[in-house]
Amino acid sequence: MTLHIGNVEKVPAERPFNGFVRPFIRSRRHGYVKFVARRIAQSALLFFLTILLTFALINTAPGDMVDVMAGDSGGADPGYVQLLREKYGLDKPLPVRLYNYVDQLAHLDLGYSFPQSAPVTDLIADRVGPTLLLMVSSLALAVLGALILGTAAAWNVHRLTDGAVSVLALLAYATPVFWIGLMLILVFSVKLSWFPSSGMETLFSGYTGLARIKDIAWHLVLPAITLSLFHLALFTRLLRASLLEVLRQDFVRTARAKGIGEWRVLGVHALSNALLPLVTMIGMQIGASLGGAVVVESVFAWPGLGRLAFEALNARDTNLLVGIVLFSGLVVITVNLVVDLLYGWLDPRIENV
Amino acid sequence: MMPLSRRHLLRNAAFSGLAGLLPSGAALAAAPARGGRLVVAIDSEPPVLTSAITTAGPAQWISGKVFDGLLRYDNDFNPRPQLAQSWNVSPDGLSITFKLRPGVSWHDGKPFTSADVAFSVLQIWKKYHSRGRSTFANVVSVDTPDALTAVWHLSSPAPYILSALGSPESQILPKHLYDHGDVLTNPRNIAPVGTGPFRFVEWKRGQYIALARNPAYWDKGKPYLDQVILRVLPDGNGAMTALETGEVHLVVNPPWADIARVRKLPGIAVTRSSGFTGALAAFEFNLDKPYFKDARVRQAFAHAIDRDFLVKNVWQGYGEAADSPIPASLSDFHASNLPAYPYDLNKAAQLLDAAGFKRGANGVRFSITHDPLPVGQTYKRSAEAIRASLARIGIRMEIRSQDFAAFVRRIYTARDFDTFQYAASAGPDPAIGTQRFYWSRNFQPGVAFSNGAHYLNPEVDRLLVAAQSESDANKRRALYGRFQQIVQTDLPKIPLVSANPVHLSRGIQAFSVDAYGVMGNFADAFLVTA
Repeated sequence: MTLHIGNVEKVPAERPFNGFVRPFIRSRRHGYVKFVARRIAQSALLFFLTILLTFALINTAPGDMVDVMAGDSGGADPGYVQLLREKYGLDKPLPVRLYNYVDQLAHLDLGYSFPQSAPVTDLIADRVGPTLLLMVSSLALAVLGALILGTAAAWNVHRLTDGAVSVLALLAYATPVFWIGLMLILVFSVKLSWFPSSGMETLFSGYTGLARIKDIAWHLVLPAITLSLFHLALFTRLLRASLLEVLRQDFVRTARAKGIGEWRVLGVHALSNALLPLVTMIGMQIGASLGGAVVVESVFAWPGLGRLAFEALNARDTNLLVGIVLFSGLVVITVNLVVDLLYGWLDPRIENV
Repeated sequence: MMPLSRRHLLRNAAFSGLAGLLPSGAALAAAPARGGRLVVAIDSEPPVLTSAITTAGPAQWISGKVFDGLLRYDNDFNPRPQLAQSWNVSPDGLSITFKLRPGVSWHDGKPFTSADVAFSVLQIWKKYHSRGRSTFANVVSVDTPDALTAVWHLSSPAPYILSALGSPESQILPKHLYDHGDVLTNPRNIAPVGTGPFRFVEWKRGQYIALARNPAYWDKGKPYLDQVILRVLPDGNGAMTALETGEVHLVVNPPWADIARVRKLPGIAVTRSSGFTGALAAFEFNLDKPYFKDARVRQAFAHAIDRDFLVKNVWQGYGEAADSPIPASLSDFHASNLPAYPYDLNKAAQLLDAAGFKRGANGVRFSITHDPLPVGQTYKRSAEAIRASLARIGIRMEIRSQDFAAFVRRIYTARDFDTFQYAASAGPDPAIGTQRFYWSRNFQPGVAFSNGAHYLNPEVDRLLVAAQSESDANKRRALYGRFQQIVQTDLPKIPLVSANPVHLSRGIQAFSVDAYGVMGNFADAFLVTA
């Protein structure tokens, strides 16, 4: 053991992709600034296209906000329908509405949601916290689980553990999220009473500080697990594959040849290099995670953005829907920017400039 | 020795023959207890928290706790005093005088007066309430001789007005908070100030709406509950689970399939609202399509739809097969001896043969599309059952699905459909709940839930218009009787099932006490600890 450790102390230079620290500091700072600036410029264009597309999609879907409102009312007269359309500016042609919307956005105003009777900014602000909490914790769970399961599978490739992990991953990947959610509720809320079945916190509990955090964490367990399973499956399979790939490479053999312990080889040398595809995938899945949350948020009555977006879509609430899409876009673009920067840190061979 | 509790004494009283002195056995079993927090599951959030400017269901039944109406209605539809203590219709039917309850104040402390009534009728309901615009169309002015008297002047008699003054349908808004600025974006719409038994406290979107007891409520001693929480549980299964785990006390209109399972659990009661909160489901034809021009074809459809089967298997027994557009529950107007269409596939086939639609070589007479109302699963399941029946008489029916906005647009604006299915309230009066679907003047493309069939029968028009302003109750009943005879022969739409809301409840009593059912104000509701 001690011999191994002694050897390890000498090998950092042998980690071929990790000798990046100095070059990064010396030559890349300028490059990073340029890179970020370019990405922001690209994102602005992306934003504009997003607005255009969302606006066009919701406005070409059959039926408008007034159809829904008058329909909810279970009857109306033409005067009423006309009154609402004028009030909401829906009597104007689509290009005019788009112009008005962009104009309003240029004044940093996301507008007013008539179906919800509140400013869009307020509506989104209310939901950001719960959504991010759910998203981040479920992704963290998925990554953590994948690190354990993926590594175990790759380490025991073609053995029982590997098979079991693969089957589990396939099941988690293929089972509908709402069903998993309902089953977890049935077992852990109804039968065992371990966790609450819905909501984000105990209403009117009067909890503050640590007690409140504990209460929210308690409510978070089932929805976060439900939302994480799909990603857990995805990440596990990815990590297993990429670990197997890396484990075959020369530098791993070199590390082994130098007598480094298997755990060290796996945990430090192989894993840090196998993480790249996983990071890419996490970046890509942020968007999907925002979207996939609709079902989980509904089943667990979690007050998140996904549900709000779904309501906005059903109500043909253009202001709200475009607002949410823009916000989600901001999150996705930011996360991907961070992911791109992470690449450089994980693998200095990747040029960001 | 057991301590003598109030309940214990009452029980002994009952056993010793004193029960006759008490109002009823039921009242004995559960004497109203003060206090507690009632949690009700709602599946969607309302657009606003006042039904003065919308008739969206969630708005109606939540705001009914915050606002009182001028009147309420008992289970036999008789008007009862609420904010109005008395009302008097002039013999010519052209004016209605309301004497208002003294000492009522808004939740912000300002007194409730006749000015609020006049303002609400003329400036709110007549302009912004989709049904109020027609219900109160005849109200031309309102005099307010004193703070507690409001005299409505009508251009012609409108007897149905007295059926439409309950809180869920026509809420009085506080003039002092609404007489300036835009009504539809008034901030009070989502933070309402009413006169009802519960004050608005907080609306956490996506989570709950909190109401608290109004200590200054005019009905002294009521309400019994300290708080009413409306928890947003968008998923029907989630709501059922919350009921099972005791997180909520009341679920309204649960998923049908779950009722059978949950009702067996201890402590859970299944009840139904009575009165005019029910919905009448109907199968409606597009009369502009050639297949449906012939009444015999429509009658054939009626014979081919097994409404009892639908009640039993789709509505799980919580409904009644309908034989008229005015459901039996509206007993003042429902006619008997109407043309009947018992389930009879042979009869249906004969009618189609007679109408000239013979079976083709492949056994099919014709193919049509069907658009069930995309709300819940009920109409889709019902459509599937109807499709199976129609297939047996050689009609191929394709069921389409879309979301609500697309449905409304397709049926009422684009008119791109053959048949559709939906449910709508038939109450509180046929002039409000039934006329709109049959009156040719209400064929209004672009307007949801108008005369979607494009039905036109001058005699029906005449009857409807006459009944609308007939003050004599017997004559009115006769006019609607004749109307039902004709439309059940013409069948522009086939009434299927009338169903009142079903509630699953646990530990809560007296939450549905009058014609508005759970839309009522919950002033009488109380919790019982098991």
